[in-house]
Amino acid sequence: MGYPHPSHPKENPVLSKHFGDPEARSFDGWVKRGGYEALRKVLRMSPEAVVEEIKTSGLRGRGGAGFPTGLKWSLMPKADGRPHYLVCNADESEPGTFKDREIMRWTPHQLLEGCAIAAYAIGAERCYIYIRGEFTEPLKIMQQAIDEATAKGAVGANVFGSGKRIEMIIHRGAGAYICGEETAMLNSIEGKRGNPRIKPPYPAQAGVFGMPTTINNVETLAAVPHIIMRGGEWYKGLALGNPKSTGTKLISVCGHIQRPGNYEVTMGTPMKELIYEMCGGMRPGRTLKAVIPGGSSVPIMSAAEAEDCLLDYEGVVAKGSMLGSAGMIVMDDTTDMVYQIWRLARFYAHESCAQCTQCREGTAWSVRILERILTGKGKQEHFQLLLDLSDNMTGKTICVLSDSCAAPIVSGIQKFRHEFEAYIQGAREPAMAGV
Amino acid sequence: MSLTAGQGGSGAGSSGTPRGFAEHGSAHGGHGTETAPYERLFRGERLAQLEQLFTLYPTKQACLLPALWMIQEARGWISEPAIGEVAEVLGLTPAYVKGVVTFYTMYHTHPVGRHFIQVCTTTPCNICGAEDVVRALLEQTGCRELGATSPDGRFTVIEVECLGACGFATPILVDDDFIENVTPEKIAGILQRYE
Amino acid sequence: MADELVNVTIDGAPVSVPKGTTIIEAAKQAGILVPHYCYHPALPVSPALCRMCLVEVEKAPKLMPACVTQVAEGQVVHVGSDKALKAREGVLELLLINHPLDCPICDQAGECELQDYVFQEGRAGTRYSEYAKRYSPVEDFGPDVLYVPNRCILCTRCVRFMEDVAEEPVLNVSERGDRAYIGISPEQRLDHPWSGNVVDLCPVGSLISKDFLHKARAWDLDKTASVCPGCSQGCNITIDTRDDVVVRIRPRPNLEVNRHFICDYGRMNYRWLNRGDRVEAPLVKDGGRHLASDWDTALDRLGQLVRGLSGSAVILASGRASTESLGLVKLMLGRLSVTAAVQVPVGDEAPLVGVPNLALRPERAPNLTGAELLGYRTDWAEALRQVTSAGLVIVLDADLSEADQGLIAAGPGVVVVLGTVWADGLRSAELVLPVTNMAEENGTYVNRDRRIQRFNQAKSQPGMARPAWWIAGEVLAGPGPSASAPSTAAEAFELLGDKWPLFAGLTYSEMGYTGRALEAGGEGVGESQRVDLGVM
Ligand SMILES: Cc1cc2nc3c(=O)[nH]c(=O)nc-3n(C[C@H](O)[C@H](O)[C@H](O)COP(=O)(O)O)c2cc1C
Ligand code: SF4
Ligand code: SF4
Ligand code: SF4
Ligand code: FES
Repeated sequence: MGYPHPSHPKENPVLSKHFGDPEARSFDGWVKRGGYEALRKVLRMSPEAVVEEIKTSGLRGRGGAGFPTGLKWSLMPKADGRPHYLVCNADESEPGTFKDREIMRWTPHQLLEGCAIAAYAIGAERCYIYIRGEFTEPLKIMQQAIDEATAKGAVGANVFGSGKRIEMIIHRGAGAYICGEETAMLNSIEGKRGNPRIKPPYPAQAGVFGMPTTINNVETLAAVPHIIMRGGEWYKGLALGNPKSTGTKLISVCGHIQRPGNYEVTMGTPMKELIYEMCGGMRPGRTLKAVIPGGSSVPIMSAAEAEDCLLDYEGVVAKGSMLGSAGMIVMDDTTDMVYQIWRLARFYAHESCAQCTQCREGTAWSVRILERILTGKGKQEHFQLLLDLSDNMTGKTICVLSDSCAAPIVSGIQKFRHEFEAYIQGAREPAMAGV
Repeated sequence: MSLTAGQGGSGAGSSGTPRGFAEHGSAHGGHGTETAPYERLFRGERLAQLEQLFTLYPTKQACLLPALWMIQEARGWISEPAIGEVAEVLGLTPAYVKGVVTFYTMYHTHPVGRHFIQVCTTTPCNICGAEDVVRALLEQTGCRELGATSPDGRFTVIEVECLGACGFATPILVDDDFIENVTPEKIAGILQRYE
Repeated sequence: MADELVNVTIDGAPVSVPKGTTIIEAAKQAGILVPHYCYHPALPVSPALCRMCLVEVEKAPKLMPACVTQVAEGQVVHVGSDKALKAREGVLELLLINHPLDCPICDQAGECELQDYVFQEGRAGTRYSEYAKRYSPVEDFGPDVLYVPNRCILCTRCVRFMEDVAEEPVLNVSERGDRAYIGISPEQRLDHPWSGNVVDLCPVGSLISKDFLHKARAWDLDKTASVCPGCSQGCNITIDTRDDVVVRIRPRPNLEVNRHFICDYGRMNYRWLNRGDRVEAPLVKDGGRHLASDWDTALDRLGQLVRGLSGSAVILASGRASTESLGLVKLMLGRLSVTAAVQVPVGDEAPLVGVPNLALRPERAPNLTGAELLGYRTDWAEALRQVTSAGLVIVLDADLSEADQGLIAAGPGVVVVLGTVWADGLRSAELVLPVTNMAEENGTYVNRDRRIQRFNQAKSQPGMARPAWWIAGEVLAGPGPSASAPSTAAEAFELLGDKWPLFAGLTYSEMGYTGRALEAGGEGVGESQRVDLGVM
């Protein structure tokens, strides 16, 4: 189907096949569409075999870092007698990204099934699904789905009569982007401030409540039942670009685009096709100026880079950015880059957990410098200062939120320096008053 | 039965002091004050509900976020005595709980209007006109500024960071209602639905 | 396992350290200080959040936080490389942008880790001049602690001390981003009996002591290694004096006794060391009054008294008297049958939960164990009963109630006071000899775990006051220009070995600055009774 637009022929809808279909939301509806077959199949397999199948598929984490999922699962200790946990990362707060929300809204059982399979594979009896607090609708739908699946015995104390206990528990966030960072999420579940933890120890050794834990993104987990049903080899074959990027990917497209929404494409699909064919291109009379391809935390691409880019992990890196969470922010020629970079910096300054000096003070100072420029008080020295500051904020902190603030600033100055110059030289009216 | 706290009910609270969007600076250490004597929340059925939650986690402390949600849903905001109560039932100190409450921006430490409106203004929505939506909302609700409650106590409007619905710019949250594709023209119709 | 050594090179210096050691500690052993803020050896697990201790580790893709990164065999670490220096300069620049730089009125100036590191490695100027600094008013956290948020660098040492060491989390980090600050709940106060340690732990002048507020500049202070006279725990302290006045007591690290901490009682228990109403000259009774005299006269008189008496004597000693004084005064009465008692005021116990075997002890007598080893008893009431039949009563700076004074004055024996202050009830004393208090002399205390520890003279003695051991030593040596009297506390200590073999052979230099555990045995052992907490 597709939502809010019908599926485009160039899409490859696997996860999104039932988006927009309200009947797919119920347990029975989902079963009618082939749901929970994968879970039944898995219960007859050994956990190791499940992990192997995922390894074969080449599935990589869809939360942003792209870490191989099978490998992540295999890092969990074996039969160590401690409780293991699965945490499903449904905090989706990366500006530009809104795919996990749609998975939960339309196909909650797809996610639950993926969670149950993952829990089985890593030996976890409990799965915490951490949903951001603002997602009132997904929260409700997911809870309904859990209640229903529990009543039907698909999850709970005895999964499909197998004797396996796999419980699903929703933990509601309360307004903190940083809780999407996996170790911050663990703290948040434990009833603490959402401060990212230093690693090591890694979650597989000491995660939530100090126990071995695997954290996976919603989309990662939702892909799992399909891989189990159709085989790792099938998934691995879905690669138009690089063999290290396999499967399909939900790309959230937003900003200045004719048809914003989620598009599920085979890895390696050209970005140009996505923008101009599937999404219907720019608004009438407008041209593409820039794309932030992986959620706001990655370097900004120029129009030329974007139009020449393949949508997979390697393809985006080759054009100087990162696939990240695949939240694509499209900007046309009306965009004030300086203003929008300021707005992003403000986002990071607002969300910094306050632990690291570089992040706590650096994000806030970046905002102030950009405000200076936007109020017409910019100076040439501000370029160097912003670059120095960004360098100071990159690669030095507990998590990469700090780097994420620097990425759009540095790439913005590199690629759109003339817009900064226009403010500094007074060629452009101040976008803000005072300060 | 839903065991997970924090999914129903809307944030109905009495009108009162403004709650700032953190960027605009709520006073350092500031916290709302409650006039009536504090009535404990975790008694009877609510206590039983909390005790149910205890079974979902290996520690009581893990129920802190759910417990705070329960308070906010029932009372509209999280007052100092409420923090004290939560600390007590979970075996924590008030200071500890307060550190957590102030970390998460969705918990109100001041009373807010009967209807609490959150508007996304982060970059993706920003380039699609989110600031016009904010302006229109401030005007039509009578809230003079962000974080302030309208004189009739009906609305409080704040800007928030990305709501995770960027393809549906501009999304707003009115209490627990997530409304997509809001434009200045649609605001009057939306506000009508909230007395 | 624990003994397995790992070889690393830090700024060119090779070091071998046990496996599991962090780079910051390994560097210390190579004599290299890695600048740091959030790390503190007294607190468990560094959060590695200030990012000040970033060092370059060859082959690592990023700079590594030295406070949590463990050494690995063959590792080559650069603390002083350009990359590491640049990162630290960056942290310092960011810590300063909102810092008030009010060093001229900040109590921390001179002992501030921000000031020090900026001086060493910081940028010369600010690039933040276009903006107003963050401002928040000073907050009252507790009985002795003020919080100056503007100076706070959010290292969270204070929060972690209360959470992990005191195990009473009354401080928090509130808010996030650059709005964050250290908060407290309005329902709570920073009044835990050990909370003063947050002032020492704070690397900057953000948490300050009301007691010490604007009292002195750090560089005007003289610092003396000492031992807390507060209780039988024997925490190691530094006594800070200014112009010969004790202005502050701070913990001195001793991993065996108090780690890096002292309790608030001990911290505040110094005013008596500065008392002005002191006996400053030997007072010798002459008819119905006392005449100030010189030491020769007074010592002659004391010698005659001691030598001329037979029968029994009683010593009523303060629990704050040094081992040397307690021992030599007892030796001085060697011929007599002596009942010696040590005074042990009793208070509440207050443990520091996170540190094993560390508490403010109920026995507020720092040398209780020393006294017991020397044969002093703690049964004060019994000693007072003996007064009614004794030929000589020596009061060694004991703090006597009026009733006790009356009882002693009414007794049959000659009374000699070795005291710091005049006790009106003992007007009838034959001699009142001025002695120094513990801050005015060198000496030792034996703590409850039989650890003998030295304290050093921190201020000059008032007038003609002398340590009690000196007085006793002079009497023991006999009249005339004798060479055998001890002239230093170390010599006085050596004299104890003859009578009490436990101390034999041990010297001051062996005790060093952190003390030595005594072996089992000793005169008092076996006959000592524990203090009856109910009685006093
Ligand atoms: C600042 C920050 C925010 C993040 N936010 C999210 C998020 O909202 N959702 C998500 O799935 N992963 C997020 N991540 C990535 C997670 O830390 C983690 O890598 C991911 O959940 C792992 O799951 P995956 O392997 O399935 O991708 C974030 C990371 C950082 C550093
Ligand atoms: S980089 Fe920022 S968000 Fe991440 S841990 Fe450090 S302060 Fe927190
Ligand atoms: S008050 Fe001092 S110890 Fe506490 S966080 Fe601030 S700088 Fe650190
Ligand atoms: S515990 Fe005793 S020795 Fe230690 S500081 Fe307190 S009073 Fe002094
Ligand atoms: S930027 Fe507005 S919802 Fe994401």
